[in-house]
Amino acid sequence: MLNFYACAVEDILMKRRSLRRELTSREGLQELRVAVLGGSTTEELVNFLELLLLAEGFQPVFHQSEYGRFYEDAVHDPQALIDFQPQVVYVHTSCLNIRKLPPLGSTEAELAGCVQAELARYREIWDALEKLGCQVIQNNFELPPHALLGNMDAVAAGGQSRFLMQLNVAFAQEAAGRSKLLVQDVHGISAHLGLRHWFDWPRYFSYKILLTAEANLELARSLNAMIRALYGKSRKVLVLDLDNTLWGGVIGDDGVEKIQIGRETPVAEAYTAFQEYCLALRNRGVLLAVCSKNNEDVAKSGFAHPSSILKFKDFSCFKANWEPKHENLLAIARELNLGVDSFVFIDDNPAERAIVEAQLPSVAVPEVGNDVSKYAQFIDQGRFFEPVSLSKEDLERAALYAGNSQRAEQATRFADYGEYLDSLEMTAEIDVFKPVYLERIAQLTNKTNQFNLTTRRYTLAEMEAAAKDRNTIGLYGRLTDRFGDNGLISIVLGRGEGRVLHMDLWLMSCRVLKREMENAMLDVLAERARARGLETIVGYYLPTAKNGMVADFYSRLGFSLAPAPPGLAAGATMWTLDLAAYTQQNTHIKVLEFAHA
Amino acid sequence: MPDLSPDGVLAELQPIFREALNSPKLTVTRKSNALNTPNWDSLAHIELIEMVERSFKVKFALGELQDLKEVGDLVDLVVEKAAKKG
Repeated sequence: MLNFYACAVEDILMKRRSLRRELTSREGLQELRVAVLGGSTTEELVNFLELLLLAEGFQPVFHQSEYGRFYEDAVHDPQALIDFQPQVVYVHTSCLNIRKLPPLGSTEAELAGCVQAELARYREIWDALEKLGCQVIQNNFELPPHALLGNMDAVAAGGQSRFLMQLNVAFAQEAAGRSKLLVQDVHGISAHLGLRHWFDWPRYFSYKILLTAEANLELARSLNAMIRALYGKSRKVLVLDLDNTLWGGVIGDDGVEKIQIGRETPVAEAYTAFQEYCLALRNRGVLLAVCSKNNEDVAKSGFAHPSSILKFKDFSCFKANWEPKHENLLAIARELNLGVDSFVFIDDNPAERAIVEAQLPSVAVPEVGNDVSKYAQFIDQGRFFEPVSLSKEDLERAALYAGNSQRAEQATRFADYGEYLDSLEMTAEIDVFKPVYLERIAQLTNKTNQFNLTTRRYTLAEMEAAAKDRNTIGLYGRLTDRFGDNGLISIVLGRGEGRVLHMDLWLMSCRVLKREMENAMLDVLAERARARGLETIVGYYLPTAKNGMVADFYSRLGFSLAPAPPGLAAGATMWTLDLAAYTQQNTHIKVLEFAHA
Repeated sequence: MPDLSPDGVLAELQPIFREALNSPKLTVTRKSNALNTPNWDSLAHIELIEMVERSFKVKFALGELQDLKEVGDLVDLVVEKAAKKG
C-alpha cells in the first residue's frame, strides 16, 4: 500500500481507482458523512480526501455544494445539506472568495471595518452550520496571489496581505469561542508548499480549480489529520531508535564519550536539535519511547551524556535489547496499554523500518532517511500528532523554552545590565579538562578566531598531552542559562614555571559575549593557581587580523601591562596579575564547583 | 526513453484514458472526443489532463488546453511539447 503521508500526486493519480477499490473492500470501515462547501471546484480535493480517509478506516460519503455556493448553501438554501446529515462540514474558501477587500487608501478603521464585515458573513455560515449539530472545519486564508503594494502589501491598511492576515487573526479569535468550529491553517499549509506551487491559473481559468493538485493533496492531508484527531485517532507515541537517530554514532562501539550530541560539531548540533524537537513534542503531551538494538545499560548511558537534551526520565517506555523491533513495539504497546496504531516509529535504518512496516502495518513509519537534520520535518509533515485542543497543562509546558530572540527581547526591559544577567539564571560548569571534552576543546582552538588571545591551534593529540602535563592548568567552561545550554564555550590553558602561570590559551565562543563568563573563568583559574602555590598569572595578547576585540582583554580583567620581553612578536603585549591581591569578579553566574584537581 | 512518435504517444495514452474514464476496456483513436467516448465528462477531463501532463512531464498552456478538440490534438500537442523539452 502507498505511504499516503508522503507520496507524490503522481503516485495517487495514476491508480486512484484501483487504490479506492482496494481500500473500500476492507472490512470494519466506519461511515463518515462529509459535506464540502466550496468557493471553487472541489472534486479533486474530495478525491484525495476520500482515499486518505479510507486508508484511516473511514468509509466517507461526500456531499459537495454547487460550484461557489458555500454561503448560499449554508445560510439560505440549506435543505440539501440538512437532508445529507453531515458529521463534518468543510467550508473551503480562498482569498478569491473575499467579498470586499479594503480599498488601497484605507485607514486603519476602514481596514477593521472590512475585516468585521467579512467575519460577519462567515459568522452567518458557522451559525447556520452549527445548528446542524455537526463539526465545522473552516480554512483561514493564504496570502494573495499578487502583492500589489510589494512589501507594503503586508503593512498598509489597504494592502490585501495585511487584510488577509488580520482576517486570519479574527478567525482564530472567533474559533476560540466556538466549540464546534475548527480552523484549518491554510496560511501555514500554503506557505510550506509555496504560493508559486499553490495557485494553478491555467486550471482556474479552464475549470475553476484554483489550486494545484499538490496543494489539494496537502489540504486533504491536513483535513485527514484534523478528522483523525476529532475521532480520537491521532497518534500518541513517538518510538525512537537510538544510534544515528537520537545521537550520532554507535554507542556500543564508540562509547558514550564519542557519540555525537551537543554543540561541538554540526552533526552533534543537528542531533541536539532533533532531541529538542522530541522533547517539545513530549512537553505537549506526546509520549516518548525507545526501541533500540543495544544493551540496556549502554543505551541508558547515552542519556547521561552531559549534552543530552533528553533524559532517561523523559521516556515512558524503554526497550533496549536484541529482540526484533516489531516484537519490542508490541511489548511497548502492552506496557503503555495503547494500540500500535497510536505509534510513530523513527529509525534511520531502512531495514528496521521495512520489517516494522511489514509486521505491524498500523504503525506509522515515515521514510525519514538517515539525515538527522530532516527527521523533524518528516515527522511534522506526517501530521501524526495533530491535536484539536490543548489542555491547560499542555499550554503551561509549551511556554517553557524559546531561545535567543526571547533572551534579546528581555534585555530591553531591565533597569540595568546586571539585572538582565541575573535574570538569565546562568550556571557555569568550570573544571579541568576531561577526556570526554578533549575533542571539542581541540576543535575550539582551531575554529575560534575573534575571542582568542593567542590563536594557537592544537591537534587532539597535542591537547591530550597538555591535559596530562602536571605543570599545566587547563580549564573548560560550559554555560547554561534559562533558555538552554550553550555548550562548552571557553578554554583557558596555562603553563606553570616557578611561581608564574603563563597563559598559553584563552579563548571563548562569541555566542556568550558579555555574560561575564570570562570573569568566572578567571575566578576559577586564580583559585586553582593559588592552590598550587603560584603567585602571578602572565597573559599574552598576540594580535591577528581577527582578534582586535580582545586587545584590551587583560586590562579589563585587572591585569597590568608589563614591559614586553625580548622575543615577543611585534605588536604583542604581555600582562601580569598578582594573585595575592586577587578578589572574585563574577557576580552573575552560579559556578558549579567540582573536586579540585 | 519512451516512444514519442504520434503512434507511441497514442499507445501511452490508452491506460491513462482507461483510468481517467474508468473504462478498463476502452481503446481511443485519434478521432475520439468527449462526445463519442463514454464517461468523458468535464471532471474526467480534468483528471485526464493532469495525468497526461505528469506522465509525459509537460505542462499545457491555457490556450493549448482550450484548443484540444479530440485525442489527435492531444497526441500532437504532447509530441510537440515533448520534442521542445528534449
